Parts: sequence; structure tokens; C-alpha cells
Amino acid sequence: MAEPMLSVKGLEAWYGESHVLHGVDIHINQGEVITLLGRNGAGKTSTLRAIMGLTGRRSGSIKFNGTELVAARSDIIARAGIAYCPEERGIFASLDVTENLMLPPQIAPGGMSVEEIYTLFPNLKERARSQGTKLSGGEQQMLAIGRILRTGAKLLLLDEPSEGLAPVIVQQIGVTIRELKKRGFTVLLVEQNFRFAQTVADRHYVMDHGVVVDHVANHELAASMERLHKYLGV
Amino acid sequence: MDFFGIPAPLLFGQLLLGLINGAFYALLSLGLAVIFGMLNVINFTHGAQFMMGAFAAWMLLNFFGIGYWGALLLAPIIVGITGIILERLMIAKLYKLDHLYGLLLTFGIGLIIEGLFRNEFGSSGMPYRIPAELQGAWDLGFMFMPVYRGWVVVVAFFACLATWLVIEKTKIGSYLRAATENPALVQAFGINVPRMMTLTYGAGVALAAFAGVLAAPIYSVNPQMGSNLIIIVFAVVVIGGMGSILGSVLTGFGLGVIEGLTKVFYPEASSTVIFVVMAIVLLARPAGLFGRA
Ligand SMILES: Nc1ncnc2c1ncn2[C@@H]1O[C@H](COP(=O)(O)OP(=O)(O)OP(=O)(O)O)[C@@H](O)[C@H]1O
Ligand SMILES: [Mg+2]
Repeated sequence: MAEPMLSVKGLEAWYGESHVLHGVDIHINQGEVITLLGRNGAGKTSTLRAIMGLTGRRSGSIKFNGTELVAARSDIIARAGIAYCPEERGIFASLDVTENLMLPPQIAPGGMSVEEIYTLFPNLKERARSQGTKLSGGEQQMLAIGRILRTGAKLLLLDEPSEGLAPVIVQQIGVTIRELKKRGFTVLLVEQNFRFAQTVADRHYVMDHGVVVDHVANHELAASMERLHKYLGV
Repeated sequence: MDFFGIPAPLLFGQLLLGLINGAFYALLSLGLAVIFGMLNVINFTHGAQFMMGAFAAWMLLNFFGIGYWGALLLAPIIVGITGIILERLMIAKLYKLDHLYGLLLTFGIGLIIEGLFRNEFGSSGMPYRIPAELQGAWDLGFMFMPVYRGWVVVVAFFACLATWLVIEKTKIGSYLRAATENPALVQAFGINVPRMMTLTYGAGVALAAFAGVLAAPIYSVNPQMGSNLIIIVFAVVVIGGMGSILGSVLTGFGLGVIEGLTKVFYPEASSTVIFVVMAIVLLARPAGLFGRA
């Protein structure tokens, strides 16, 4: 079998003195959509941030297309081809929608064109001149996803894109993720919303206390519910 | 012609002086605002770097025969490069610590630079001639306006405008604004934020040096010229709102004019009026007139 696109082994990470990841192991193959599930504080966001070089000290291994990134700076990691959409969305108040959309530099050929992004998210086009943070929550989420599609990055890290959004918008985000998969993007998705995760993903990792505690293929998800509920505390 | 019993030449003369001082306040506080926005460092070396700009012009002339126009271009570049070196070697080491450390470091470096120049050149000050093209005065009917002073106000205005345009309307400017809000995320998009910080510091310092060259023919070139000015400039920055670009420019010019008018109507208060305004603004709007709370 081919090498995975991203292979994380024994990843540990700290915020200052506080040790938040205790040896995370995940791998993602080219073209897959994978979710990280887990209760609040399990370490999902920290895993994405650690892959992106945004925590404090890290150890272990993060191999992306064969390159070791565990010691790299976050701009180098981005330029290797990983793009990040943070949980808090990170829309810039001092930039309008277009500027927000155009902010991330192109790091490789083959990104989506602005027109294609507007086709995916027509709302953004209508609000092109608005201040980024004046958009609704759903529109901000679309902007946060849209702006990383231009760059040519092939692996997208999306942190809870469905969080706090109305069901119709969540549905639209789901359509978007399936569309991205069709276009050949590889996605690592953090989710708490089980039902949503089920509609988009190939496999699921379950995290608790800073480690991966379980791993299920999407077609086994329904059968594994009881076991998973224990970790997810619902 | 009289206004409220004040002869017009006196009134407009002070207004012009106020505008000129305001031009320097605006240029210097603009540089401080840009640096603070990006680096989160209150650059207390700014006054010394303004002085270095004036000295660079003086040295270019006396050691290399390069005149005012050449200095206007070269002095900011030279002093800007010293700023870049300073940022790389020292200031960059302090970003992870409290603001206070950056402030103390830059304050100390400012004192050292000023001391070195005083040792070398004494404190009496050296003249720098107005370039031939800008000598003389225009007769405006109600007063004589020295050409050079008019030039300073106009150039400072356009330099501020250009800086504002770069920050608000260009791609580089959008990186700068975004990195001011959330540097970590901007870096995670693949932008080399540490290098941007270095260049921003260099640009802010170059702006101070540019103001120094403009000032050289007006004030004598002396090691204290920056520290005299910078105290007022910090008051301007506090009034305008730390980190606000437009705010620092408007406040700079505005306070220069207020100071000039105070000299006409109540001269006793002219040296303190800015600090009185600062106290009032701090009480009413602690984030400054244009600052985001
Ligand atoms: N900046 C930080 N400094 C110190 N500790 C942090 C920081 N950010 C997160 N933590 C801690 O790390 C642990 C993992 O947090 P993380 O945000 O990764 O969880 P999560 O799985 O994303 O949770 P949620 O579902 O609430 O988003 C938590 O105990 C949290 O308190
Ligand atoms: Mg999280």
C-alpha cells in the first residue's frame, strides 16, 4: 500500500508547562475525509494546532508526503501544503471579505479559482465589500473554508465547521465537504456532531485525554455506537 | 486684520508653527503606531532614530558631499537598516515576554544612542542649510510663509497619506493588518511573520529618520532633538489611540494646531496643553480617540 499522505506518530504537545497531547497516532491517505471525534477538552483542536505548528513544544513525528514537520515553523508547514481552518474561524475584522479571501498566499498550483469559490459559496460574492466580521456565523465559516481552497494546499484541517450553525447551514457545509472530496482534497475534520460526521467521512478517530482511543470505519459507525457513546459522554 | 484682537500675522504664524510641529508629531506617531500594531512593542528608541536621521543627513553632507535631496532618500534607508539590525539582534528576543521588557530595552537603547552622539558631537547642535530650491518665503498678503516650512507640512502630509494607502489598500497592507490582529494564524497561512515584523520595524524607523531629515534645517542638528520631541509624541499616541494609523495622523496634526493656538491665546499653557488633553482623553476614553477599546 502507498505511504499515507499524513502520518502522525506518538505526537505530544505542550502549551507552556501544560502537557495536552500524550502520543497521538493518526494517518490519512490521499483523498480521504477523516474525522476526529471526542468530548470537550479531549485534545482535538490541540491535535490540529500541533500538526500546524501552533502549540508550544512538540515531539513525536508528523510526516507529510514524506517530509518530517514536527520541528518546523508554522509558515513552513503551510508551504508544505497543509491549510488550517480554526475553530474560532479567525476572520479578520480589519479586512473586508475579499481581502480575507485573498489573504492566504498561493503555495502550490492547482488551487480553486475565486470564481469557483464564489460558486461554492454565493453569499460571499454578494458581501465582497463587507467587513469580514460583519458576516453571519455561517458566512464567516464559509469564508474561513473558502479562503484556504485558493492556496493549492491539498490537505485541509477543518476544526468543527458545523459548530453553532443552523441545520440548513450545517447541511450546506456537508455538501461542501463532499464536493471538496470529489475535487481531490484530503480533509481532517474535527467534529462533535456525530450525525454530521457520518454523512461526510470515510473513517473516524476518537480522542480522549490527549490520545486516540478508538478508530472506526464509517460503515461500522452505527454498529459501534454503544462503545463510542462511552468516550463521547453523551 | 485682527481676530479676537489678535493680529493676523501672529495668529497665522503660530498656526503655521503648530502645523509644522503637528507634521512631525504625525510622522513620528505614525511610525510608532505601525510598529506597535505589528510588534506590540512601544518603541522608545523612536526619538533617537529621528535624531539619527538628522545626523545621517548632516554626515552625508559633510563627509560625502551628498545634499538634502540625496539625504531625504538615503538617510531613511541607512537608519532603517540599523533598525532592522537592532530588531533582529535584540528586540526580537523579547516578543514572548511582557510589553514592558520591549519598552525598557528600547528606552535604554535610545539613551545609549543619544549618549554616543553627545560624546561624539557635543550637545550644542550643528546647522544644516535649507536647500537652495526651498529658500525664501512667499508673501501671502497677511504674513510671510517660509517656503521650507510649507514644504515640510506638505511632504509630511503626503508621507502620512502614502503610508495610510499602503496599509489600507495594498496586499502587503492586508498582511500587516491581519498580522496585527492574529499573527499566529497569518503565519499558519504560510507568511513569514517574523520577517514581516523585522521589515515593519525597519519601515517605522525609516519614517522617523525621514522626519529627522525634514527637521534638520528647521531645528539645529543635535543629540537631544529627538528626546525633546518624543515625550510629546507619546502623548499624541496615547490621545490618538495606540496602534491606530489614521488616529495618529489626525491627532498629530490636530494637536500641533491646538498647541499653536494656545501659544496665541494663552501662552502660559502652551507647553502643557497637550498633556492636559491627554489627561482628559484618558479619563473619558482610555483607549484613545481612535483606539478600539
Ligand atoms: N492555550 C492553551 N493553554 C493551555 N491549555 C490549553 C490551551 N488550549 C487548550 N488547552 C487544554 O488542552 C486540552 C485539550 O483542549 P482542546 O482545545 O484541544 O480540546 P478539544 O477536543 O478541541 O475540545 P472542544 O471540543 O471543546 O473544542 C484541554 O484540557 C484544554 O484545557
Ligand atoms: Mg476544539
